[in-house]
Amino acid sequence: MASQKSGALMKFQPVIGLEVHVQLKTETKIFCGCPTSFGAEPNSQTCPVCMGMPGALPVLNKKVVEFAVKTGLATNCSISRHNLFARKNYFYPDLPKGYQISQFEEPICRMGWLDVVMNGNWKRIGITRIHMEEDAGKLVHGDLPGLENGSGVDLNRACTPLLEIVSEPDLRSADEAVAYLKKLHQIVTWIGISDGNMEEGSFRCDANVSVMPFGSEVFGTRAEIKNINSFKFVKQAIEYEIQRQIDLIEDGGQVFQETRLFDPNSGKTRSMRGKEDAHDYRYFPDPDLLPLFIDENWISEAVCSMPELPWKRKERFIDEMGLPEYDAEILTSSRSLADYFEESTACHNDCKMVSNWVMGEITRALNDTGLAIENCPVPPLQLAGLLKLIDSGVISLKIAKTVFDEMWASGKEPSVIVEEKGLLQLSDSSAIEAIVDEILEKEAGQVEEYRNGKEKLFGFFVGQVMKASRGKANPSMVNDLLARKLKG
Amino acid sequence: MKISAENVGHVAILARLQLSEEEKTLFSRQMGEILEYVEKLKQLDTESVLPMSHAVPLQNAFREDAISAPIGVEKALSNAPDRCGNFYRVPRVIE
Repeated sequence: MASQKSGALMKFQPVIGLEVHVQLKTETKIFCGCPTSFGAEPNSQTCPVCMGMPGALPVLNKKVVEFAVKTGLATNCSISRHNLFARKNYFYPDLPKGYQISQFEEPICRMGWLDVVMNGNWKRIGITRIHMEEDAGKLVHGDLPGLENGSGVDLNRACTPLLEIVSEPDLRSADEAVAYLKKLHQIVTWIGISDGNMEEGSFRCDANVSVMPFGSEVFGTRAEIKNINSFKFVKQAIEYEIQRQIDLIEDGGQVFQETRLFDPNSGKTRSMRGKEDAHDYRYFPDPDLLPLFIDENWISEAVCSMPELPWKRKERFIDEMGLPEYDAEILTSSRSLADYFEESTACHNDCKMVSNWVMGEITRALNDTGLAIENCPVPPLQLAGLLKLIDSGVISLKIAKTVFDEMWASGKEPSVIVEEKGLLQLSDSSAIEAIVDEILEKEAGQVEEYRNGKEKLFGFFVGQVMKASRGKANPSMVNDLLARKLKG
Repeated sequence: MKISAENVGHVAILARLQLSEEEKTLFSRQMGEILEYVEKLKQLDTESVLPMSHAVPLQNAFREDAISAPIGVEKALSNAPDRCGNFYRVPRVIE
């Protein structure tokens, strides 16, 4: 069965396009001053505008336009000078006005692209358009007393600003789709236009999936899978849908254009009945909102305000700091991590050493405590201070890890901890020599064996001396002294 | 301009209106007349007028991203025909 299925997959070419909804990190909604914070009491963040009261007038939040322009610049789009808002008309209980304010004919960004790297190869994925729109409210079904036979409507989310980012149908597998999504997610959080929180719905995705025979130039009929909110589910949903369509065609059936829902519990997609006739939205320009004109000044200001993008920064980490590509990739996975690393290197310029510590001890401690890098209890300056102590031979690497744990727990400066706990590295040659002599005397038998050719005992002597000095002896001095004395 | 009874039927479905056959016939004639009247605008010479979406020559009305106080749950729900806690209650929406 399995081989039959993979055989069928080889005869068909999946074609995937994604529509991503990104919630913008503004303080207020797109057309009114209500707050956008998540998790508030139902309907407590509403006003006549977002509730769709007759006569209430929407006014555009300037920040939404700024964020949209930034997103367009980061995804290589051209920015439309003339913009209109349009009404998308349909009825649903979570949509108070009976229409959604969106953009139709003149989206703010067009014809962009992103380069996605997969298994060491890169591929350019086209972005058809990015437009601004308002979100709908939230429906609650049957899980509250009093709602057994009805649905609850919460309009806190209504009118929350969204960007819809539509890709070209350039993706050819579930893995490519996930790689593209991850890239997009990295960008929107990097440039700070969204918190990217997928569990709270700040970054969600619709997938258009079709299959066609290999070599064909005509796409098959597509199904649209709605509202998938994790990378894992995107992969599962697309893989399931590809196989469903192939099985259907192999069995002599045909794919219908329809909207489908992904059920994370079963891992399957299922048809959403009754929505097919609704695709007649009768868009028209919203007379309540004036046209939006974005001039050259505005765009050049946006260009100036753009942070260095992740791939540029990665390049710089490799070219100017001499980091391996692997390190640069990990350190630029989020802007906060890259900032942390770079701030540390500003105070301690051994970049590879800093990289090792950030990817090693810092990441391990963050994972253990479930903290984000933004809340790291050891600030970059202190980490750099610790690395300086190692570099100048004040403490050994081994002691440094102890000091690091103490810094993490207490927030104290590394030099203070070293002093308080008496952890200074022992670099006084006569003191080390005394310990070495003591060990060699105590282990006379082993010394004899060593001198008779059992050279691997050298490590044993080093270990004994370090132990006797409670880890504080300068290791290279210990090595030198032992080598000299054992020669006899 | 002719509007067929089917056109009226389709628009009625989209607008959630239930129309009798008589009404569909009546409205198709009336809507046709309205559109015919609007068609008169085409007689005007608009050669030198740029296409426009709005009648007033204004653009770029913004608000800053600053919070203004919401009206509060009680006021928000004061017109609700039915409520459950702080939710509006509507007939069950089946997905």
